[in-house]
Amino acid sequence: MTLLKHRLFWPAAALVTLLAVNMIANPSFARISLRDGQLYGALIDILRQSAPLMLVALGMTIVIATRGIDLSVGAIMAVSGAVALTIIDGAGDANSWGTVMLAIGIAVLVALVLGAWNGLLVSVLGIQPIIATLVLMLAGRGAALLITDGFITTVNSSPLSYIASGYLLILPFAFFVWLAAVVVVGLVERRTALGMLTEAVGINPEASRLAGVRSRGIIWTAYILSGVLAGIAGVIYAANIKAADANAAGYLIELYAILAVVLGGTSLMGGKFSIAGTVIGVLTVQALESTILFLGVPPAQSPVFFAVVVVIVVLVQSPRVHRWGRLLGSRFGSSGGDGKMPPVATPEKQKEVVR
Amino acid sequence: MTTDTDVPALVEMRGITIAFPGVLALDGVDFFLRPGEVHSLMGENGAGKSTLIKALTGVYTIDSGTISIAGERRSFESTADAQQAGISTVYQEVNLCTNLSVGENVMLGHEPSGTFGIDWKGVHEAARGHLTSLGLDLDTRSSLQSHSIAIQQLVAIARAMVLDAKVLILDEPTSSLDRGEVEQLFAVIRDLKDKGVAILFVSHFLDQVYEISDRITVLRNGALVGEHLVEDLPRDALVTEMIGRELSDLAALSSVADREIDRSGDPVLRARGLGRKGVLDPADIDAFEGEVVGIAGLLGSGRTELVRLLYGADRADSGTIEIDGQAAKIHSPRQAMAHRMALSSENRRAEGVVADLTVAENMILGLQAQRGWLKPVPKAERDQIVGEYMDALGVRPADPDVPIGNLSGGNQQKVLIARWLATQPELLILDEPTRGIDVGAKADIQRKVAELSAKGLSVIFISSELEEVLRIAQRVVVMRDRRRVGELDSSAVDLDGLIDYIAHAEEGSVSR
Amino acid sequence: MTAVESRPDTTPGVVAKISTFTSRHASVLPTFAAVAILICLLVGAELYFGNFLTPRNMSALLLDNAYLMILAVGMTFVIVTAGIDLSVGSVMAFTGIFGASLLASGVPAWIVVPAMLVAGALIGLLIGVLVQHFDVQPFIASLAGLFLARGLAFVVSLASIRVEDTSLLWLQSTRIRLGDWYVTPTGIIAILTVVVGAVVMHKTRFGRTVYAVGGSEQSARLMGLKVARAKVMVYVISGLCGGLAGLVLTAYSGAGYPRNGIGTELDVIAAVVIGGTLLTGGRGYVLGSMIGVFVYGTIKTIISFMGAEQSWTHIIVGALLLLFIVVQRAIVARSERGS
Repeated sequence: MTLLKHRLFWPAAALVTLLAVNMIANPSFARISLRDGQLYGALIDILRQSAPLMLVALGMTIVIATRGIDLSVGAIMAVSGAVALTIIDGAGDANSWGTVMLAIGIAVLVALVLGAWNGLLVSVLGIQPIIATLVLMLAGRGAALLITDGFITTVNSSPLSYIASGYLLILPFAFFVWLAAVVVVGLVERRTALGMLTEAVGINPEASRLAGVRSRGIIWTAYILSGVLAGIAGVIYAANIKAADANAAGYLIELYAILAVVLGGTSLMGGKFSIAGTVIGVLTVQALESTILFLGVPPAQSPVFFAVVVVIVVLVQSPRVHRWGRLLGSRFGSSGGDGKMPPVATPEKQKEVVR
Repeated sequence: MTTDTDVPALVEMRGITIAFPGVLALDGVDFFLRPGEVHSLMGENGAGKSTLIKALTGVYTIDSGTISIAGERRSFESTADAQQAGISTVYQEVNLCTNLSVGENVMLGHEPSGTFGIDWKGVHEAARGHLTSLGLDLDTRSSLQSHSIAIQQLVAIARAMVLDAKVLILDEPTSSLDRGEVEQLFAVIRDLKDKGVAILFVSHFLDQVYEISDRITVLRNGALVGEHLVEDLPRDALVTEMIGRELSDLAALSSVADREIDRSGDPVLRARGLGRKGVLDPADIDAFEGEVVGIAGLLGSGRTELVRLLYGADRADSGTIEIDGQAAKIHSPRQAMAHRMALSSENRRAEGVVADLTVAENMILGLQAQRGWLKPVPKAERDQIVGEYMDALGVRPADPDVPIGNLSGGNQQKVLIARWLATQPELLILDEPTRGIDVGAKADIQRKVAELSAKGLSVIFISSELEEVLRIAQRVVVMRDRRRVGELDSSAVDLDGLIDYIAHAEEGSVSR
Repeated sequence: MTAVESRPDTTPGVVAKISTFTSRHASVLPTFAAVAILICLLVGAELYFGNFLTPRNMSALLLDNAYLMILAVGMTFVIVTAGIDLSVGSVMAFTGIFGASLLASGVPAWIVVPAMLVAGALIGLLIGVLVQHFDVQPFIASLAGLFLARGLAFVVSLASIRVEDTSLLWLQSTRIRLGDWYVTPTGIIAILTVVVGAVVMHKTRFGRTVYAVGGSEQSARLMGLKVARAKVMVYVISGLCGGLAGLVLTAYSGAGYPRNGIGTELDVIAAVVIGGTLLTGGRGYVLGSMIGVFVYGTIKTIISFMGAEQSWTHIIVGALLLLFIVVQRAIVARSERGS
């Protein structure tokens, strides 16, 4: 019963079910083989391919916790990929680790500046997050195209391709990148007080203000973090296709990231966030994507499935459906056994009682 | 004046009961409104005034009881239903669309149409007609936004006239108006009254209630206390009915009001002429070490406004503040906290608790905010603070890891007080800390306040329960109609004296 | 009783006229700013290139941006209610490829065209119902619409489908000439959409309810207006416009293509905002959105005249968008203080 009530139960159950269905339908899905000391298989691919989405969703989780949203992550990915590959392309030796590291460093720095810009608009100028980040969403891809002169810059650089498809020990390097990001962000949020203060700002901005929380700085930090992580994601994406494609890089990723965050149990209304939940959410999205491919559906058609998932998820979270759920529950005499649904009274009524 | 009880009531509400989860907001209340009268509905916060109004306007559906309009039983499913029945409401926060023109706001939903959609000329002509009948000469094509709140309120009344309202509900229409604007509004109200409209009036300003009303109904804690003709209800009787005399076991708490306070040195807090235009007339207040200063006054008297200005939650535009004899600039809660001040807001849910965080997290939030995110309160210290206050205040359930939203109001309040005590303030401001909580929790909180002040903490204590204020505070600052009207030594005054003072002090020079 | 004077125009003369104007029409000012920007762009381009303000060029401006203008009309309805519709580009692509495939399988145009419009409207209805009846944020609900429509476009066909139907191509190929000026039926459709949109917004109770909802949804409800219906309808209208834009774009390009309109939602939102519609709702004009589209189109044309990268368009439009948003924020902040 306590297991059922755990906030990660349903997200984890969804992921496990999805994987189980895949394995039953196609036993080769579960096959993991060891070749030259490296693991291969559909599950390993999911770990590798989820890197960009994982990084973006991680930043999005923190932004959403502040009651915000960052639509510009895809554009930032495009910019950072363009910056990194243009520098590597222009440098003498594309295979030098020094060059690649420097390029990545600069790309991530640019992404940080872009994130700081979003944070400035939201926390200082007080512009609604969705609108503030829309500006960069629109202009960012244009800027990325300018950096690459409107072409798709292709680069053959072994250090770069290692990042996306190389192996460290027996697992893909990209997996370690996102794992490191998850651990670092998790530690910073949960070992310092940042996580709690972020949640406080997201749940009740006014109470936080009266309690002396510096909400401006906290919100700003969230957007900077989101920018930096999107920057790293952009580099990994570019490394994977060995090219900076300003139009395709991070296309619709903001939407998948939001979906992953919501699937992981973090509410779009801000507040309590779960990094572990987001990890599960991303893996679920990635597994769903793989499943759809496995079913032989062309990748371009997969949005239909995701649309259905989005609709189901928002309906499950909708107050009206909760009311129906409670009505059904009371009709069949079960006493509040509707699992994770909190006892929400008609919001209007509840608000009034307070006044 | 047609205020005879013989006149058949236009609105008859009988036995109205509305329950919210955990709260009985209205408990079998009767209310009658007659044509051609101004009837004031009085009561403190949580008395059920707005719930009753919302029952009448179709915002809430009633759980039991009956509503009849002109002798006909009605049940309202929506505000549109109530409007059809001739009931219109003008709210404190004007419920019009400021982005549209004056004329359109008057006529919205009732626009005359021409051959090709809305006839705008007709709209503005009709609107002008309605405004003129209220004695208003406005440019109907101007944006509503370009007019003052007072004018917007009158426009809302004009809109009610378009709907041919027989019943007009004015819910705190005067709270943001100045004296001249109130006169304008009252002129319009009297005019409507003469035309036979039944008017339900709600205001926190006693003077205005006495100026305009024919009849007064008092509610307390969701129940009807009484209905009186205005001339039969002296002010102190009204205040007594509103506040009630809850002679509970609380009286057993040893009174600390007589304790001697050393006021020879610099006070912990000295504010002079602190005010904000339209919010609070400049007011003074001092608090000495170990002293509990009570602020007494009805809801809307300016008591909350005063402490918010002190704490920097709102910006003052006049006045000075000294802390321990040193001039201090307080423009934000952070600055106030740096001066060792703490404010527990009256609005627990909106400005106090962070609902989804745990009890422990809520307790250390203030301390954590002070230290910054890089220095998390160490687990040992946190456990110690949480343990200490859970115990000292008797928080139930005694589990620091449940979300605070799951606690009862009284226990939430204890957690909030703990939040502020953890920051080790020199001055603790408690705004209605005991409102809406059970007697046990109330006693716990009062005891804690007495104990802390005995140890040297200064406390500013606001409560609608005057007995409580008299019992705890050594001095009581009295507020009315957004100004400070005086100060009393609580050992030298009893409850009747205080009620009398709240109702009458400086009568004659009242209002602004 | 004393008559209450509250006319802001008590001072005589020009000052009075200006103050009457601002108290009546403050909300038109951003749209005027857009007109000024458009004129500056056109005049500047003419001075710079010498051959910019030609009838051919100006006629092409309408022709090339007809689909955008139609989408902008629908988006204006949505944004005025303080909502947003991210699905429009995908809906346009879906209805376009849907129509093209129906035509290719021999269905007559008089069935295909209504079918496209209905398809668009249905997706809009889905979004509207989610927003109004299930309290889903417009952004998320229209996101689901975006996914759905884009996916469905690829379900219909993964590649582009040529349109051979003459009646559909007629919409594009016909040039009604007046001297060197010309207009195509697609251009006329766009203009008609703008006119109908403006009339509905300005002259019907539904249109006024849309404004009232954007000004204050709670007030609108307390005033007894049909709020729920209006909120669903604006998304249906936006979807319908998506379907119409799909028709126009298919005629324009002579084919349906499932990748059409990627990122178009952003262009449309930018054009609507530049045209003076407040993203926080309550203010805006369909005609202003038309101006916004012209500003967008002119910038695009200027950039292609200069031979510069088309990506500059997005950067400049993004910068303009930012400028308008900041100015709007300032206006809103001022009016909050004022009242």
